[in-house]
Amino acid sequence: MTKPELKQFDTVKYSRIYALGAARGELVVTNDDVAGPIDSSDEWIRQRTGIVTRRRAGANTSLMDLAVAASNEAIAGAGINPSEIGAVIFSTITHQYATPSAAALLAELVGANPAPAYDISAACAGYCYGIAQADAMVRSGLAKFVLVVGGEKLSDFIDPTDRTISFLLGDGAGAAIVGPSEYAGIGPTVWGSDGSKWDAVGMTSSMLDFRDGKSSWPTIRQEGQTVFRWAVWEMAKVAKQALEAAGIEASDLSALVTHQANIRIIDEMVKQLDLPENVAVARDIVNTGNTSAASVPLAMHELLRTGEVKSGGYALEIGFGAGLAFAAQVVVLP
Amino acid sequence: MALSQTEVLAGLAEIVNEETGIATDAVALEKHFTNDLDIDSISMMTIVVNCEDKFGVKIPDEEVKNLETVGDAVNFIVSAS
Repeated sequence: MTKPELKQFDTVKYSRIYALGAARGELVVTNDDVAGPIDSSDEWIRQRTGIVTRRRAGANTSLMDLAVAASNEAIAGAGINPSEIGAVIFSTITHQYATPSAAALLAELVGANPAPAYDISAACAGYCYGIAQADAMVRSGLAKFVLVVGGEKLSDFIDPTDRTISFLLGDGAGAAIVGPSEYAGIGPTVWGSDGSKWDAVGMTSSMLDFRDGKSSWPTIRQEGQTVFRWAVWEMAKVAKQALEAAGIEASDLSALVTHQANIRIIDEMVKQLDLPENVAVARDIVNTGNTSAASVPLAMHELLRTGEVKSGGYALEIGFGAGLAFAAQVVVLP
Repeated sequence: MALSQTEVLAGLAEIVNEETGIATDAVALEKHFTNDLDIDSISMMTIVVNCEDKFGVKIPDEEVKNLETVGDAVNFIVSAS
């Protein structure tokens, strides 16, 4: 008796982002609102970070509320039925439960049950990690449509007296639907991590130390100089690699969408990439703050919403942060 | 070959000027980067990376906090070159 040959998924040549969705915390928090506990001022914060306001969610708005709102917009924009979603990937560092995943609940709430669903812990690189996985899933035939969400309620993990990062942080969620395409819509992802700098961005303590009374509530902190050097000069190399892998030049871009960490990282990266002036540079941080995994899709959504860029152009998106972790890819704007 | 203190000071002053707009002659050895020149931590890191490129030296992150004055930076670069 001959052994029957296994079937494998039929592959798809190309993938693309069909649509984005965005949700920001409903509270507009000014620099004056956060300056007191860090002995600072509106002017100092604007000058050092570019931030004018950050958006935060109130006590009655959860991370899941933000994720569902962003996801529903992306699903509607893609024109698909949520039952067609073949996987849900949720990138977040602020889900309150070690288990079960935020993604499984999100899948249920947006009508994608029984899609496989899981979370990614890659901090500010998380959304771009998610796009990399969604691209691979769609092209391998593992899923037809994938919902990728980067979402954070960082305000649950801030210390108002912290001068390293807390005053930068905001809350929001960005979502994308990735699916099969007639043309190449997601370039090769350049991604990685550098655990030798595991301590450069992270929490002030572990949950076990908190449980045992050895520390106060863990909050986010960073070594600003170390992160800045890495985020600009190392990430500029990664951005160039992503352009090269996609087979395009910086002058072919419509937009640069970096993780919105600090306007000075963005400005310095523009300089390092020698970006032509006609390339739109996402600076959503000015009004939204740093929303970690949510910042790339929120910033891209804002460029499209305001008409600064048009659907069909190329955008280089790059996420980088705690881990340290990073990912970059060129995508066609949905 | 080690660079001279004069060479490094002149090069550093140009880098500081480019990053902050501070006149090159104000960048003197005894000046404190934060207290006298009002250079913040992010500008300081940009200056450090540009010094690495210009002088061909490596200035580790953990060393940057020890570079409090222009003289500290000049001496470090001279000894590392």
